[in-house]
Amino acid sequence: MKWNKKDLLGIRELSREEILLVLDSAESFKDISRREVKKVPTLRGKTVITLFYEPSTRTRTSFEIAAKRLSADTINISANTSSYVKGETLKDTAKNLESMRPDVIIIRHSMPGAPHMLSKIVDSSVINGGDGAHEHPTQALLDLFTMREKKNRIDGLNITIIGDIAHSRVARSNIFALRHFDTRITCSGPPTMIPPDLESLGVHVEYDMNKAVKDADVIMMLRIQKERGGVSYIPSIKEYSTIYGLKTEHLKKAKKDVVIMHPGPMNRGVEITDEVADGPYSVILDQVENGVAVRMAVLYLLTGREA
Amino acid sequence: MGKKTVALLDKKAVDRTITRITHEILEKNKGYQDLCLIGIRTRGIYLAKRINDKIKAIEETALPLGILDITMYRDDIFKSKSPEVKKTDIPFDLNNMTIILIDDVMHTGRTTRAAIDAIMDLGRPKKIQLAVLVDRGGRELPVHPDYAGIFYNVSQEEEVLVRLREIDGKDEVIVVRT
Repeated sequence: MKWNKKDLLGIRELSREEILLVLDSAESFKDISRREVKKVPTLRGKTVITLFYEPSTRTRTSFEIAAKRLSADTINISANTSSYVKGETLKDTAKNLESMRPDVIIIRHSMPGAPHMLSKIVDSSVINGGDGAHEHPTQALLDLFTMREKKNRIDGLNITIIGDIAHSRVARSNIFALRHFDTRITCSGPPTMIPPDLESLGVHVEYDMNKAVKDADVIMMLRIQKERGGVSYIPSIKEYSTIYGLKTEHLKKAKKDVVIMHPGPMNRGVEITDEVADGPYSVILDQVENGVAVRMAVLYLLTGREA
Repeated sequence: MGKKTVALLDKKAVDRTITRITHEILEKNKGYQDLCLIGIRTRGIYLAKRINDKIKAIEETALPLGILDITMYRDDIFKSKSPEVKKTDIPFDLNNMTIILIDDVMHTGRTTRAAIDAIMDLGRPKKIQLAVLVDRGGRELPVHPDYAGIFYNVSQEEEVLVRLREIDGKDEVIVVRT
């Protein structure tokens, strides 16, 4: 199995085999982060740019660490310190960056499709680091990697995703990825946060959270997307937290070895209580660790395409 | 069509050659003290296991055994599509050890260079020695095996193939002429 794609724009474009190639490669890259010398020369001489028009701690840092552990040079550009504030369009920024001959550009933008547009303008590989409420492919890949690591399989798992599904690129990318496997996906949240056509993706919708978590192998919690107007879809944060916040009593209804995931950033006390977030079933920090390995694998596979 | 093969080693000769290399390793290092074996993927792994079996038969002790994947250290990695990366598995501390690095065929020396760099990132061994089943000549870097099963100078129209029963179903070393 060889990787043929120039860009990673979304999970929707990936086959089951391509997803598994990323996960298998990431197994090897994970070991590097646990060594004393956390660096291999694989991407020596390559340049990786992160171009972030939306705030990020985890994703940007994770990509930067991944690139550095592969010996690539990294440059970080964030919107508020770039010419974006002077009125430069994304297209012009992209063309200017391209002139400096980077090998990979990782973009995060509030506009869905921004990475796709970028990929048509530049010869560099483009990685979607999150585009609006559309996709966040590396998050879904690290989520699947973590599920497979904790459960030794993806096929046969019951996965429950709870929260603001409608505005969540993490949920979308995860659904697109998990559909390639023999999984049962259940989405739960207030009706205003569940897209009306969601079941057409092969997903079960269960508005009652107590029923949604029943027999779950994986519970994935999402935060309310305040930057995408999420708060206007619920009567109050307090009510949301009462009905859709994950608490210890929910875990008793799930499988006894359930794992709790969250893509971060967490709003403690809203969608998840401290006891659950910091408890024995939480794999939230494993997700962060695995994110570096998965992003190393993606950078490696994209850079190695035939010129 | 038009391909001729010449056998260099048959099943028995492969076994005898591995036996000889094993004895040479023990002789040169005056025993098995601080020795460990690291096989380079893919066929080096099986050769390393066989050498270890023979050491166990001779010395009644098996050596620490590791597997090295050199993909991330290759110098031609982006000449084509990304080759599959596999796991390196060295479940012991290699600081101050004498490492016997094991590969099936020695050619340009580039694999050996990559393997040495990979090992150096994992620790500081006391020594690294190299054992190969076939030295086919054609060196492009100044590295040479400490133990070579056979030497055969391969011409441009020839290719040397090592087959091992663990993955190829039988043991032999052949030269294919095109």
